[in-house]
Amino acid sequence: MAESPASSLPFFRIILRRLMLPAVIPLVAVLLAGMAAAASDKKGGEEFPVPPPPFTPGIFPCSSCHEGMEVNTQKRELGEHTHITLRHAPEVLTWCFICHDAKNRDKLHLVNGDLIDFTGSYRLCGQCHGTNYRDWKAGIHGKRIGYFAGGRRTYFLCVNCHNPHDPKFKPLKPEPPPFRPLDKQNGP
Amino acid sequence: MAHKRFTRREFLRTLAVAGASGAAFSLASCTKAEREQFFQKHFLEMTESEKKQTVKRLEERYLEQYGLTFSVSAQGATPHTLWGYGLDLSRCIGCRRCVYGCVRENNLSRHNPQVQWIRVLRLKKGNLTNLEQAEDYYNPPEVPEEGYFYMPVQCQHCENPPCVKVCPVHATWKEPDGLVVVDYNWCIGCRYCMAACPYRGRTFNWSEPKLRKDEWNTQVHYLGNRPRIRNVVDKCTFCIQRVRNGRYPACVEACPTGTRKFGNLLDPDSEIRYLIDHKRVFRLKEDLNTEPKFYYFFAE
Repeated sequence: MAESPASSLPFFRIILRRLMLPAVIPLVAVLLAGMAAAASDKKGGEEFPVPPPPFTPGIFPCSSCHEGMEVNTQKRELGEHTHITLRHAPEVLTWCFICHDAKNRDKLHLVNGDLIDFTGSYRLCGQCHGTNYRDWKAGIHGKRIGYFAGGRRTYFLCVNCHNPHDPKFKPLKPEPPPFRPLDKQNGP
Repeated sequence: MAHKRFTRREFLRTLAVAGASGAAFSLASCTKAEREQFFQKHFLEMTESEKKQTVKRLEERYLEQYGLTFSVSAQGATPHTLWGYGLDLSRCIGCRRCVYGCVRENNLSRHNPQVQWIRVLRLKKGNLTNLEQAEDYYNPPEVPEEGYFYMPVQCQHCENPPCVKVCPVHATWKEPDGLVVVDYNWCIGCRYCMAACPYRGRTFNWSEPKLRKDEWNTQVHYLGNRPRIRNVVDKCTFCIQRVRNGRYPACVEACPTGTRKFGNLLDPDSEIRYLIDHKRVFRLKEDLNTEPKFYYFFAE
């Protein structure tokens, strides 16, 4: 005797109610929680205690000159800012506006278009130099001064050591070597 | 007349009387400060008030001798700390800014004798273990030089220090926070510890340290950078006057390339723990079982 479709429905409902619902509800809850967490994530991550960027005196805020100026994105020889030579990954960083924002000169922009302050320039450098950025956040790249505990540290910005336009370190003159044991200034 | 023999008993009596009166005379002619210093207890046996008294006596003496007001601290170790140091050999350029930063911070004698706690060794690339061929008197016009790399060496603050074992008077010991320190008032200047140290980390003051008045750093610690006298051994203390207040040592702050890292090995969030976990670290002369706390690594 074949069962009518109508009579097999209650069986199906039992399975749904007893087995699958208990599994589905936690799943939906987890999904919702995940979505909530993703929405509350701060855009850009944490803040770091950095010193003020090493600007040439008087150059900041840039908008004091650039406010009314025309925006010329053509690559050319500049009249102002003549002391800046761009020698940093020329195949990628072809011109100023890869990092500097053309419309708002007081800010830099990331590849995804986010505007950041000059004090947050480490995020910009971290886009290409991710491994160094990760080490800098942990404190093992670059320089930290002050107190290493108690929140009074200062993490030097990338630009405090590396000139962003010409980052290759120039050789330094070393400090004098120690006196030899028989030197006049070391002996009795 | 019968000649009276000078017996052995009379000789010993005369000697004892002469010795006792000589000692009494010298003690009586000492100033109170000198007497207190002579009878000073070992630093580890002093009570807090005795330490304060010692510090006050030293501050008065320094004021009289150098004309400067020193602030001598006898601050103890912070609990749950073990200081560790990291040095990035891929970034050291051999500029010696750390050496002179240390000299300025720690009141080291500038000449006659010149005392430097940090030595920067220049090694040929590919020659890491050949420390006997290292050069520490290099003086090129510019650093870094092609084909060489640089390795600064100072007291490694070993966990199992041979210098502490051989000191005949226990003038040097390991503090609870891992620092190996010297009490300059207790050191007799035998230099046995200098012979025992495999890293040549200790230096000796062959004569009175010479600094100009404007070169003194007046924030000092009893076991660290206070003014030394002649004939005592001293060494890097990880800037004990700074680290016990949470500040970085002077060499870490002086380095222009960010080569030096410092932190608390017992704090799992510290920089030094991160770098031990993530970078290729090694220590010098590990086969000697001294367990140094100075970790060299290559970041690249």
